[in-house]
Amino acid sequence: MTIQKTKTAKQRWLDEVYGPAVKRRPERKSRFSTLSDDPVDPLYTADDLEGFDPDRDLGFPGEFPYTRGVQPSMHRGRLWTMRQFAGFGSAEDSNERFHYLMTQGVTGLSVAFDMPTLMGRDSDDPLSRGEVGREGVAVDSLRDMEILFDRIPLDQVTTSMTINGPASIVWAMYLANAEKRGIPLDRLGGTIQNDCLKEYIAQREWIVPVKPAMAVVVDTFRYGSREVPRWNTISISGYHIREAGATALQELAFTLIDGLEYVKWGVEAGLDVDDFVPHLSFFFDVHSDFFEEIAKFRAARRIWAREIERRYHPRNERTLLLRTHAQTAGVSLTAQQPYNNVVRVTLQALAAVLGGTQSLHTNSLDETYALPTKEAVTLALRTQQVIAHESGVADTIDPLAGSYYLEHLTQRMEEGFARYLAEIEKFGGMVEAVERGYPQREIIESAFHFQQQVDEGEKVIVGINKYATEREPPIPTLAIDPEVERKQVERLAETRRTRDKARWKRALDELREAAKTGDELMPRFLECARAYASVGEQVAVLKDVYGVYHDPGYF
Amino acid sequence: MAKAGLDGHDRGVKVVARALRDAGMEVIYTGVHQTPEQVVETALQEDADAIGVSLLSGAHNYIFPRIAELMKEKGMDDVLLFGGGIIPEADVAGLAKVGVERVFQPGASLEEITTYVKEAVPRRRGVPS
Repeated sequence: MTIQKTKTAKQRWLDEVYGPAVKRRPERKSRFSTLSDDPVDPLYTADDLEGFDPDRDLGFPGEFPYTRGVQPSMHRGRLWTMRQFAGFGSAEDSNERFHYLMTQGVTGLSVAFDMPTLMGRDSDDPLSRGEVGREGVAVDSLRDMEILFDRIPLDQVTTSMTINGPASIVWAMYLANAEKRGIPLDRLGGTIQNDCLKEYIAQREWIVPVKPAMAVVVDTFRYGSREVPRWNTISISGYHIREAGATALQELAFTLIDGLEYVKWGVEAGLDVDDFVPHLSFFFDVHSDFFEEIAKFRAARRIWAREIERRYHPRNERTLLLRTHAQTAGVSLTAQQPYNNVVRVTLQALAAVLGGTQSLHTNSLDETYALPTKEAVTLALRTQQVIAHESGVADTIDPLAGSYYLEHLTQRMEEGFARYLAEIEKFGGMVEAVERGYPQREIIESAFHFQQQVDEGEKVIVGINKYATEREPPIPTLAIDPEVERKQVERLAETRRTRDKARWKRALDELREAAKTGDELMPRFLECARAYASVGEQVAVLKDVYGVYHDPGYF
Repeated sequence: MAKAGLDGHDRGVKVVARALRDAGMEVIYTGVHQTPEQVVETALQEDADAIGVSLLSGAHNYIFPRIAELMKEKGMDDVLLFGGGIIPEADVAGLAKVGVERVFQPGASLEEITTYVKEAVPRRRGVPS
């Protein structure tokens, strides 16, 4: 049937069947929309896919434009990496959790650092008071890194480290630890998040102003592709953008445009796209609107491949691949009726798998209260294992392809991306747009709009604005021993007392010199790590040389 | 409205700031990463009627008491202190004791918060609302 024929036939159905039925019995709502508030029609047919060419727009798995997946056999060949983000309290506590997770079938480690570490502050910094070991593990120096990865075979696991401003510094500690244990750097695999742009856009864990931060990131691209070739030197993240209130489209667009900005900076710094772009990975949120999320992942791969091809014509096919980690949406979890969260996480995880993710973290049901308990984390992991082994969705590739609705949404994501790209190019690129607060303001608008919809009952959250109940009995939660902070401060003091002072001073001086002259930084961070310089001491040098960033506080 | 400590989760505080502004109040937002001293100093300088602090980092048992203490030192007895974020029920009573009049937990609606501020500020000042 041609599109015109479908159009006529659909119109007939709308006029003669659907219309009268709705007139007799009105629908549940006067307007249906996705979680991101994009309108949803009652029915999608071929005429909603105008211009859609399956050969061109879908292709085959492992082939351009990778809409159907980046690997030829996708989850049939190897399941996604089940990577549970963990870290709390002391390095010893977190090390024990890692060992536990590995016995339970986790296939990749993922480190959550505490707020002081993420902000590049030592545990004894006045601003760290009350926050040491609370939201993740405290790492001040190589000493903590040694304990954190004690008895973990660094050449056999891959490790993801969620850290941004001080990413190079903490990565250097990981590398120095491997070096001490005699493991060659080219045997190490993992990811550092290292995505400074989304810090200014959404997560707020910045250290220095935007442009010097970009230069520090590009420095890791250079070092990584040369010395640690199995490492992803960045995880370009939509997760935090989405959690801050962005729509699915904004998450997709800002993340990919961030990615294009990193590539541009790398190329301008003289790097070859085929050397460093294959080491850029992505990280998306997976929220509750099932089809919208699947479409987002599919569109992301297609857009990335097309944009990189169009701009750089790479020789290496891997340069075109958008490989991604996904995490279920923390922001969708509710403190009320917390067991409902298990169901939300299941649906979101299913969407990530159907979207073709390479790795997945499932949130635990108790995370609106605190970091998860061991039992809650285990249930979250089992959720992935049930999807993987019992549901059958991992047994064929991209099974929802060809759905009128899904393909329509995928196309709509791509069109929406083009609009945002044009908007941000008007600023001269993402760095400039961020400096002017453009994505920040777009996100606040969406966050506020969504909250209004919830308050008005237009968007339903079960257990909150519908089916709410009186207080339920409390669920068990994880408490952090307040002793952790005191012990951590003591350990840092001991490290400061016992390290080789001359080597430590030389290392920091050399770092300062390199930062000033624009020389390579990673070798200096590595020497600082070996000399047991603390995160805070190294960050202080960067702030001295590059200045600090202040929150413009848009709202 | 303030974010204190290293916590950068500012979606909630911005949405609330926006709602209070839309409800006709003058709202100053400090931005993230403020020390308790900076928060209180800003409130003094701006002659604020209320300080609302958002905390999702688990540092509430240190930061709220410190802000309350500084407010007392500065004689800000008629200034309302309230908060919101990820704050376990078990901690709410302790915070009330040090002067955090109300804590909004996840799921609170914007209307609840604006209604509360409209009622509590004049009450605090001893003015009939």
